[in-house]
Order: sequence, then structure tokens, then C-alpha cells
Amino acid sequence: MPIRPKSFERGRALTSAAISVSQLCHWYGSGTTRRQVLQRVALEIEPGEVVLLTGPSGCGKTTLLTLVGALRQVQEGSVRLFGEELHGAGRAQRQQLRRRIGMIFQGHNLLRCLSSEQNVQMGADLLEGLGYRARRDQAREWLRAVGLGDHLDKLPHDLSGGQKQRVAIARALAAKPALLLADEPTAALDSRTGREVVDLLKRLAREQGCAVLMVTHDPRILDVADRLLRMEDGQLFSQQLQVG
Amino acid sequence: MRLSPLTALASLWRARRIPLAWLLLTRQPVRLAVALAGIAFAGILMFMQLGFRDGLFEASVTVHKLFDTDVVLLSPRTNSSIAMASFPRRRLVQTMADPDVVGITPVNWNLLLWRNPDKRTTRSILTLGFEPGDPLFIDATVSEKARLLTQLGRVLFDARSRPEFGPIEAWFKQGRTVETEVGGTRVRVAGLVSLGASFGADGNMITSRETFQRLMPGSSPGSIELGLIRLRPGADAARVAKRLQEQLPPDVTVLTKAGFEELEKTYWRTSTAIGFIFTLGAAMGFVVGCVIVYQILYSDVSDHLPEYATLMAMGYKLAGLLGVVAREGLLLAVLGYLPAYVAGQGLYALVRSGTRLPVYMDPQRAVLVFTMILVMCLGSAALAMRRLGDADPAEIF
Repeated sequence: MPIRPKSFERGRALTSAAISVSQLCHWYGSGTTRRQVLQRVALEIEPGEVVLLTGPSGCGKTTLLTLVGALRQVQEGSVRLFGEELHGAGRAQRQQLRRRIGMIFQGHNLLRCLSSEQNVQMGADLLEGLGYRARRDQAREWLRAVGLGDHLDKLPHDLSGGQKQRVAIARALAAKPALLLADEPTAALDSRTGREVVDLLKRLAREQGCAVLMVTHDPRILDVADRLLRMEDGQLFSQQLQVG
Repeated sequence: MRLSPLTALASLWRARRIPLAWLLLTRQPVRLAVALAGIAFAGILMFMQLGFRDGLFEASVTVHKLFDTDVVLLSPRTNSSIAMASFPRRRLVQTMADPDVVGITPVNWNLLLWRNPDKRTTRSILTLGFEPGDPLFIDATVSEKARLLTQLGRVLFDARSRPEFGPIEAWFKQGRTVETEVGGTRVRVAGLVSLGASFGADGNMITSRETFQRLMPGSSPGSIELGLIRLRPGADAARVAKRLQEQLPPDVTVLTKAGFEELEKTYWRTSTAIGFIFTLGAAMGFVVGCVIVYQILYSDVSDHLPEYATLMAMGYKLAGLLGVVAREGLLLAVLGYLPAYVAGQGLYALVRSGTRLPVYMDPQRAVLVFTMILVMCLGSAALAMRRLGDADPAEIF
């Protein structure tokens, strides 16, 4: 059954959704080894909404994330990002779309040879029409926003796991994304740091009006979600929020 | 309007980004040092091999360059300075009929055996015979000393000959009478000149044609090995040479001075393995450099593959990332060339003092080696880029 956000029911225009997925199917392999990982998935996320996606490993969460993140070619069904159809989109179009998507990975995936400021600026450098200084200032501001104003010149090597993940968040947000995808951002963190990182992520995404789709296994952070989705065997279900 | 290049530069400066290629290289100092050592090594190898090659060819015409001449006459059988065939002297005299010719100098040229007056060993020496009154070299000091040769059995010894000919210069400067045998005939050193050893001759001496006949009893007085022809100022040597060649019988070859030098260089280039050996040496340096740079860049790209994939996921173009690898190659080329150039200069100086080979850092070779290093680094970068195709942003989640 298609999952509809509350806002949709309030009658907002369909095109205003950050993500709009319908009838999405995906297979891996070919011939006899062909295996379906996504079955007729439908999903919509509004700007500013934080949606958490849980489910057992191997159920297709990451596949969905890569499809929505324009990292993979859509095989069947429709994925619309900011109103643009991804099905049939070429490499260049997907690359252009990815500039509007912030991504936060399980491992921080920072560039080892860059300081935290430079790492964040790699995100800010994607913005067009801004001078070098402006982009650098933005990078610094974002690092301050994630509480790392004193660690501008440190290499990832010298930062703790939580700090690295915060740099990654700053980098993702520095590109001013309209959509933020996060794959288990707290997996490598202890519970307190994980909590802090997720709260920060939510607050900053809110301020930017940025939609968030977060895959997580971590039961302690489920309450940050506006909406909770559960995936099993390639099918998506809505789940009741358990606040508390 | 005049400011536009400046404003263009300023806007480029404003649009600049994190110098990723530079940081990738410099934040891994050990790898960078290995890469630069490899490139510099390859560069030095190329500098040395090409330097030796050109130096040897250049050294083969040390004496040729000194002649005061525009056009020369040679025997058609002559193909190098170590085997000069003779031709009739009257052919040279005939050229005087040409309105452009203002002077001629007949020269005898042969390699004779010189006995080291100290150690009594013999060694082949290039012997030039000319009429002491005639102009021979551009450098006038030889002509001034030529009157010393009017006496039979006197020679001018080249002080820059290799030391194997004996301590002639030292003895002469001490005021001793230096006598020795050339081709079994006694000669006395009447003076010193400064010419320089060439590839075909370790030493040189100059004497009068008359003495030359005595040193080579078999040779006919009417035959010479080289005819120098001086033209009036403004005459086109190439055209005169062509005209003379057409007018003269085919028992002589007419060449310009440059053609004479080229004939000698061509001999060493084609009749010996020198050119091949040293070019091969330079090619080896190139290949070694390619392998090193390729290894370094390939492992660098491989090590950073997840990071490149992350950048692609962030929306960076593949072309932009290929550009990063290309810039790494470019930086390596420039950074590796500088030490190679400096070391090349030093080694050339060492070679010059050690072997008297005229090996200099000529701009053409400097540019050639830089081009080779550039091709080496950018080619390796292009090959290493193929690895970037494996960076799949979908795999990093």
C-alpha cells in the first residue's frame, strides 16, 4: 500500500514533494540468479520532513537509498526528485541532481588528505556563483554550527568518530541540499554521541527546510522522526511512531 | 579594456577551489618523495644519455668548427675526419675563378703516430698541414705562431690534447726543447695552440705542408685532403657551393662549413652505435620513469577510490575527478623536473671537467627532457585514470 505523508492528505501539490516514488521495482543479477530487492515501493517526502527507514539487513533499504540518491539507474517505476523524473535519466542529469542531495554515510567518508575545513568546503565548492572566500566562510560557519569551530585545521585522522560524523554532516549541508540521505549515521558512534549527531542533523535540516531520509537500525534515535517507515523483503510499510 | 585579462584572472582566482591534487600529493610526503625521486632519476638518466650523445657528436667537430672558411672542398671518398681521402690541389685553385671566392687555403689532414717523449708509447694524432702564410683558423693566434713553422720539422702542439701524448705543455713552458717522433720522423714542438680533442682524434698538431710531406713520404705534393674557400662578405655559401659543385669535375665534393660539420656528425651517428646506444639509454630512463609514475598514481587512485566515489556521490563530475589525477601528473612532472635539471647541470659540469666533452645544458635538450617527463607523467596519469572508472558511487553506502 502506498505510504502517504500527512501533508499530502492535507492536499498539497504533488510536485512540491522532495521525493516522490511510485511503483518502484528493482532487481539485482540477471537470468536465473535475478533477484527482486524492491517490490512496488511508493513513498513521498515533503520538504523539511524527517523520515526514518528501518528494517532487517538485506531488505532493500540501501538499494532504495541509492535509487533515491540518483546513484543508480531506475529499472522500473518512477522516482521523482524535486519534480524531475529519474527513470531514464542519464549520467550527467543524475550527477547534476546529486548536487542538490546531501549524503551522509555509515563511515564518514571524509577525504583523508583534507582538513575538516577543506572537507566541508568540498561541499561548499559545489555551490555556483560564490567566490572562494565566501565558500570558505560558509565552510567555517557550518563547522561552527556543528560545534567544531576549534577544529578547522585538523585532519580526519585527528578527530574522534563523533567529530568526523559531524564534519560529514557539515559537508553534506554546506552544499545547501534540498534532500539529505543518511545511511546509519550513528552506527559507528556510542549512544550519547549518536544522539547528539542525530539531534544536530534534525535541527539543521529543519532550519534549511531540507527533507531527510535516514536509514537506521538504532532504536534509540527513532523519536527524531516525523514519520517512521519499515521495510521488509523489498516492501515498504508505515509504522506507528512510539514516542517516549 | 586593458584591464580585462586582469579581471579574468581575478575571477579565476575567485572561482578557485580546494587544490585537491596538490593536497593529495603533499599530504603523503613519503609517496611524493618516492615519486619525485623516480621522476628525477628518469630525468637525470635522460639528461645524461642525451647529453653524452650530443656531446660526442659535438666533440667530433671540435676542429671543424675552428676553420676560417665558408665552403670546403673534399674528396668524394671522404666520409669522416678519421679517413680523409686526397684530391688534386688544382681543383681548389680552380675555384678562384668564381667571383664570390676571395681566398683559399689548401690543407693536408691525416692521423699520424705521435711518440710520447716521456713514456715512449705512440698514439694517433690529428695532423694538419698548411702553408704558414695562409689563414687557417678563425682564431688569429695560430696564424701569428705560423711563422715558427717555416723551419722544416717544426710543429705546433695542441695543449688541450689528452694527457697520453706526454707532458708537452709543461715541458715547453719550462723552456725545455721538446722533440719527439711523428711517423718515425723527428719533429720539434715550436709552440702551443689551443684547439681541443675531438671524438676521432685525442690530440692535434699543426705543421707546414712541407713538413707534412716529410712526415708522410708517400703522399704527393699536389694532393690535399681539405680545401678551405673563403667568400666575399654577403655571399650565399650554399648557393656558391652548389654552383662550384656543378662547375668542378666530380672528383671533388663541395660543402658549406655547416655541411662539412654535418658530414662528420652523420658519420658518427650512422656508422657507429653511439647514437643508438645513448638514445636507447634515454628511452630506458623514460620507460623506468613511466613505470614508477604509473605505479605511484595507480596506487594513489586505488587508495583513494572510496573518496573519489564519495565526491561523485556528492555531485562532482567524473571529468572533474579525472582532472584531479591529470593535475597530479602535471605537478609531479614539474616537481620532478626541477631536481633533474639541477642535477643535470651539476653532472654536465662534472663530465666537462672529467672528459673534456663539450656537454652543455642547451635549451633544446632541457625542453626535450621536460616534454618527455610531461608525457611520462600525463601518460601514466591517463592510464591510472582508468582505475577511476571503478569508482561506483552506488557502492559506498
